[in-house]
Amino acid sequence: MADKSSSNAYWAANIRIISISLVIWFMCSFGFGILLRPMLSGIAIGGTDLGFWFAQQGSILVFLVLIFFYAWKMGKIDAEYGVEE
Amino acid sequence: MDQFTLNLIVVGASFALYFGIAIWARAGSTAEFYAAGGGVHPVLNGMATGADWMSAASFISMAGLISFGGYDSSAYLMGWTGGYVLLAMLLAPYLRKFGKFTVPEFIGDRFYSPSARMVAVICLIIASVTYVIGQMTGVGVAFSRFLGVSSSTGLLIGAAVVFFYAVLGGMKGITYTQVAQYVVLILAYTIPAVFISLQLTGQILPPVGLFSEHTASGMPLLQKLNEIIQELGFASYTEAHDTTLNMFLFTVSLMIGTAGLPHVIVRFFTVPKVADARSSAGWALVFIALLYTVAPAVGAMGRLNLTTTMWPNGTSGEAVALEDIANKPELQWMENWEQTGLLKFEDKNGDGKIQYYNDKSKDEAFNAAAAAKGWTGNELTVNNDIMVLANPEIANLPGWVIALVAAGGLAAALSTAAGLLLAISSAISHDLIKGQLNPSISEKGELLAARISMGVAICVATYLGLNPPGFAAQTVALAFGLAASSIFPALMMGIFSKRINNTGAVAGMLSGLTITIVYIFLHKGWFFIPDTNSFTDANPLLLSIKSTSFGAIGALVNFGVAYLVSGATKAPPAHIQDLVESIRIPKGAGAATGH
Repeated sequence: MADKSSSNAYWAANIRIISISLVIWFMCSFGFGILLRPMLSGIAIGGTDLGFWFAQQGSILVFLVLIFFYAWKMGKIDAEYGVEE
Repeated sequence: MDQFTLNLIVVGASFALYFGIAIWARAGSTAEFYAAGGGVHPVLNGMATGADWMSAASFISMAGLISFGGYDSSAYLMGWTGGYVLLAMLLAPYLRKFGKFTVPEFIGDRFYSPSARMVAVICLIIASVTYVIGQMTGVGVAFSRFLGVSSSTGLLIGAAVVFFYAVLGGMKGITYTQVAQYVVLILAYTIPAVFISLQLTGQILPPVGLFSEHTASGMPLLQKLNEIIQELGFASYTEAHDTTLNMFLFTVSLMIGTAGLPHVIVRFFTVPKVADARSSAGWALVFIALLYTVAPAVGAMGRLNLTTTMWPNGTSGEAVALEDIANKPELQWMENWEQTGLLKFEDKNGDGKIQYYNDKSKDEAFNAAAAAKGWTGNELTVNNDIMVLANPEIANLPGWVIALVAAGGLAAALSTAAGLLLAISSAISHDLIKGQLNPSISEKGELLAARISMGVAICVATYLGLNPPGFAAQTVALAFGLAASSIFPALMMGIFSKRINNTGAVAGMLSGLTITIVYIFLHKGWFFIPDTNSFTDANPLLLSIKSTSFGAIGALVNFGVAYLVSGATKAPPAHIQDLVESIRIPKGAGAATGH
């Protein structure tokens, strides 16, 4: 196993990526889909507004991209810190 | 060939496939029984997780919920998918690294406390048993509708099938069967949706069709739907009707509930490496998203189809005539489905026509206009489930598509039931028997115990499916509330904090759990006994927070109490802090093990 300071740095890098990802996760579901929907009501799409699209389609697509981004990025970080299996 | 024979052939062929897989993939060790030997490819594991997750409720009921709930039902779509992001980043990789078989085992080890493990076991069993009742009744309904047997007979056949492959194969048999079941259920769901999207919008992809032009009227589909249902006194489809606060909390509860449901979490113990646990969550969501992005299209298009069928001359013209329902072949489905009780029509004003409208509208002008036309009440009642089950018939699709929907509904219900039964049986044989009662039990003895508890769990589930308690429908809120308020926070704190100790974790779980259960009981009745409730979801105790949305608050309480109590008591011992260090690093995972 890697030494203590290296494993702390690895964990900090992981936390940083999780935080960024979860901010996007929150914005695209709770944000655009629910809380900020009134602000997006001016942007029309297919007979309704962008907030509706995010709530029923967009959020799910963003979730998918986020997980694969996280898996890819962590794969690189694992290798960088020499903790991959 | 008649429809019945066709249904029998398609369903029979799918069952033969499941049996074949079960015999090929039978389990020889506890590692194979609990975690499929830890060697399942992440894509296949994602597919199996998708089938495990998408229950009879997702397959049969969700599109109907969206259909009649419109925008407000988006909470289900976001909640039941967003939880996978939390799983991939906050739970799955670390629990895979920990490398044990069950969720209570992690909680027990991390918080060095058998009582924490027992609290987790109890939550797991309550959540899984309430869930499994719904699956068993779903199996009964699908059998009785499509194969012409009574729903009790159907349920017994379904139970026998699950018994065979789950007891024989354990997690290994279940995983590979679920892969096949996923393929059956996704074809059954998307094929009718593609046909209907083509009919209404000319778009082959239903999620694109949902936001496209409705060919018959030249208007955007959702605008057309809004217009036609509002003319009948119903609420707008695309507007919000729930409060923002409640919708927000409901979505949070469903998300963290999803991430905390043990039968979903254990899926990530079956992949070979930590990195695979991350990508497997992504693959699971790919396969789930295939259904979840199509469902809102099925909901909106189904609602539009149903409404225009009832009003063939437009909402200002004459409603559909009883005579046409009896004679026209394209309306034959109404009579078919009336026999199942999922659809009822009654000519209340005796004008020979069936007026479908909202007779509980709050718009006085609309009510007055309806009365002036001689309408004396809504004459059509539809069950949510019909939006998926009768969809192919409403759209006049060929017989093989209808047979496929039958096989798909059964695949969805059976795959989820099997996953839940495995979670229950491993909690009993591994956490209760090996963990508490008889730690020195041999591997062979434990495997036998696992098979026996699986058999007992199936018998209990079958009994409850045949005699469902009156509160069965309401307990889904309980399952998600329990997972959200107890299991998810405990797991997350166990991984992300080294400071949370045994006292803090147990106090947090118990307080989150208690406050959530009390809030649900205050609104739904104590132990779900009717008329013992002090509040209703229409007029809840706190602000506009319904009992179904309270899991999010329960989780907050859990986090808060655990931090405060841990801060006031001794830090966890050094070997526990080392354990937390080690699960954070992927290196050296090895296969899942019970030792």
